[in-house]
Amino acid sequence: MPKRDFLSSDVKPAGESWVWVTSMGLGVGLTMIVFLLGMILWNGLEVFWPKPVVQLELRPGSTAGLNNAPVFGGEIVKSQVKAVQALAADGSPLPPQREYQLFVGNKDVYGFGYKFIDEAEIAARSRPADVIVAERLEYGNAIFRPRELRLADGSVLPASAPAFDDVLAGLVRQGNERRAAIRRIERDQIGGINRQLEKIRLERRAIEGRGGEMSPADQRRLADFETTVKELQAGYEQLAARARELRQLQSVNRIVYATMDGAERTLPTGDLIDYYRPNQLTILSKAAIFAHRFWKFLSDEPREANTEGGIFPAIFGTFVMTLLMSVAVTPFGVLAAIYLREYAKQGPFVRAVRIAVNNLAGVPSIVFGVFGLGFFVYVVGGTIDQLFYSLSLPTPTFGTGGVLWASLTLALMTVPVVIVATEESLSAVSRGTREGSLACGASKWQTIQRIVLPASLPGILTGLILAMARGAGEVAPLMLVGVVKLAPTLPLDSIYPFFHLERKFMHLGFHIYDLGFQSPDSEAAKPMVFATTFLLILLVVCLNLGAILIRNHLRKKYKTSTF
Amino acid sequence: MSTATLPSTSRPTMTQTTTASAGAPALNPAYIQIKDFSFYYGAAKVLHGLSLDIPEQQVTAFIGPSGCGKSTLLRNLNRMNDLVDGIRHEGDILVNGHSIYDPLIEVIALRKRIGMVFQKSNPFPKSIYENVVYSLRVAGRNGKAELDEVVERSLKGAALWDEVKDRLHESAFGLSGGQMQRLCIARAIANRPEILLMDEPCSALDPIATAKVEELIHELKKEFTIVIVTHNMQQAARVSDRTAFFYLGKLIEYDVTTNIFQNPANAQTEAYVSGRFG
Ligand SMILES: Nc1ncnc2c1ncn2[C@@H]1O[C@H](COP(=O)(O)OP(=O)(O)OP(=O)(O)O)[C@@H](O)[C@H]1O
Ligand SMILES: [Mg+2]
Repeated sequence: MPKRDFLSSDVKPAGESWVWVTSMGLGVGLTMIVFLLGMILWNGLEVFWPKPVVQLELRPGSTAGLNNAPVFGGEIVKSQVKAVQALAADGSPLPPQREYQLFVGNKDVYGFGYKFIDEAEIAARSRPADVIVAERLEYGNAIFRPRELRLADGSVLPASAPAFDDVLAGLVRQGNERRAAIRRIERDQIGGINRQLEKIRLERRAIEGRGGEMSPADQRRLADFETTVKELQAGYEQLAARARELRQLQSVNRIVYATMDGAERTLPTGDLIDYYRPNQLTILSKAAIFAHRFWKFLSDEPREANTEGGIFPAIFGTFVMTLLMSVAVTPFGVLAAIYLREYAKQGPFVRAVRIAVNNLAGVPSIVFGVFGLGFFVYVVGGTIDQLFYSLSLPTPTFGTGGVLWASLTLALMTVPVVIVATEESLSAVSRGTREGSLACGASKWQTIQRIVLPASLPGILTGLILAMARGAGEVAPLMLVGVVKLAPTLPLDSIYPFFHLERKFMHLGFHIYDLGFQSPDSEAAKPMVFATTFLLILLVVCLNLGAILIRNHLRKKYKTSTF
Repeated sequence: MSTATLPSTSRPTMTQTTTASAGAPALNPAYIQIKDFSFYYGAAKVLHGLSLDIPEQQVTAFIGPSGCGKSTLLRNLNRMNDLVDGIRHEGDILVNGHSIYDPLIEVIALRKRIGMVFQKSNPFPKSIYENVVYSLRVAGRNGKAELDEVVERSLKGAALWDEVKDRLHESAFGLSGGQMQRLCIARAIANRPEILLMDEPCSALDPIATAKVEELIHELKKEFTIVIVTHNMQQAARVSDRTAFFYLGKLIEYDVTTNIFQNPANAQTEAYVSGRFG
């Protein structure tokens, strides 16, 4: 009988080849995620990297130029082979042709910002060193070659003068400071006066609305109101005059420049926000400009129908809304889960409730939006207005969409996620641990509160992380309950009572939608779409990281037994 | 609703003497009286009309083959089985003369006076300190001085103090299995219960830790009435004053430990303690 060798068996363990299939599944998933993130990262960040400006000389007789000029220029943003092949005179196809998309800027001159040009039309290209790309208040960026500065004192500084750059930089800085000052006057100070006037108007209405004989005290107060209103109006006149004066100063200095096709323009230096010379940049200064522009994008408010400027209000709005949502959804979800898991008598009814809760997670989000509008905004908000803000009616205060209602709507939408996660982590606390607590003379509630809940906190946080990720990325329901294209004020500021839960707000998800579909200039909006998407992802990742850090801390604190 | 509490400070002298054989150690009065007690999980009857008296300040061991209902009986003494769905009982259990099933008795008050150590150690996900003082905290006693004193006394009582006195505020999960079990003992005695129930407290311990726990039981019986379930015959012989042998939910024999091990009245008992079946 041959001796059997037990170690070298030629029988393969059954099913081992499936390991490959499972790992392939993971591989495909990971590749897709990496690709998606990489694409958004690249497209979103590339916007801020300064590109060189090329000047193109067209072949003689070409009509492709702007304003029939033989030269024009801009930043090359895309280079591609033409999709439609041109035909020669005899009808035979010509070799494939290349075309470029240029960002030509100067929308005030051309009426558009981007232009395609065939390579065949180009005779020569160069990169003039003196080209300036300038960010301005209106019409997007300007791309030009400076001629001279016409200063307020009547003197003229030619672009060739050595002091030109310093003077221009000084004027731009001055202009920015002045703009900030105007903004402070108009928004903060005049805004403050308006708030006071509104308050007086409401109080006066309250007194007058009482009807009947007016008491002497009321009459005195009405008289007081008259004088305060006069004072306030005088203050307003003063501030408005000051703002007008500053505004005037913004346009006393002017820069004269020629666009790439040679047309001459003048622009008040007060309209410039920033500028750089793209063809003179080293890699380091490019990186500095990149960082600066990215920071401005993060911290500025949007301009020009959201296609220019930053997206700070949208970041802030998303952040505040997500936090409010978390604050609302956690107690609800956790309490509901505790009742379901610990107190409710397990049976067909509880099973049905559990199934219903799970299904709630699958309801389309717009349904929650409609519910939020019908219930929170109209019913709850309307009632609050009737009871507490009746004086300012018919202008609604809480009876219209706002960050509070949006958060509550999303909280409702994500509550099943939290319930399911909490129930699971509650049931993971062992029976032995609970019995240990009861044997110590603890009541059931004490056991839940002191033993079960702390031990299941990490699991609850996992649920909250999932809820935040879902809530922060939602757009459709928000459009019904308070998100807007442009909110003049943040939901949190330095004006009492600091939290303005009734205010409308901006949201990154909606901002993407707005840029992508509602923008007047889709080409200009395209890079912003990617950049905003990148930030949305970044924000969600940051919020989740925060929650994960807390969870890890808790896990360490309550780490389960290891022998 | 007024709740009747079990009178605790003055333990009345026994009215009824236990059915002990001659040559037994000094008999203490019965503290726990189990009277014709039957118990059902749903339709399954797992305890069949048990009657036995457990004396005060002695160690009583429950022995018997697996599944014979030792844990079930033990868990009924502090009504831990109330948590199980579909349970039912007949007969009665008296502690210090009072029925624990008296509707006027609060289960929580009962459990405060009956400490329990489980077969599998179950420390809470808290620090060592908080584990020990848990029973005081849930009773609303939070005075720092008192808690400190209780921690030291209980941990010393459980022979754990020297090993953990420098890391009282670290997680209890950092302890070894044997230390955890002793921590659970410390926790059970922290609030000075009158009765201590131990369900195979040494089943997960090495011989050294087991010896420590046994020493501890010797110490503790000066203060507590102890009921211990064990599969280890030597252990039962070493630590207990009285031993009850159960088989298939019935009490086969209950006597002074030396009698059970050296001179059992019942053939089944003899077979079991001599290791011939079980
Ligand atoms: N929660 C329960 N529901 C239904 N039956 C149970 C339950 N707990 C125990 N039983 C049954 O009751 C009987 C007695 O169980 P018990 O745990 O008291 O045995 P034991 O003597 O402690 O055994 P061991 O020595 O193995 O711990 C067993 O038949 C067991 O299957
Ligand atoms: Mg058992």
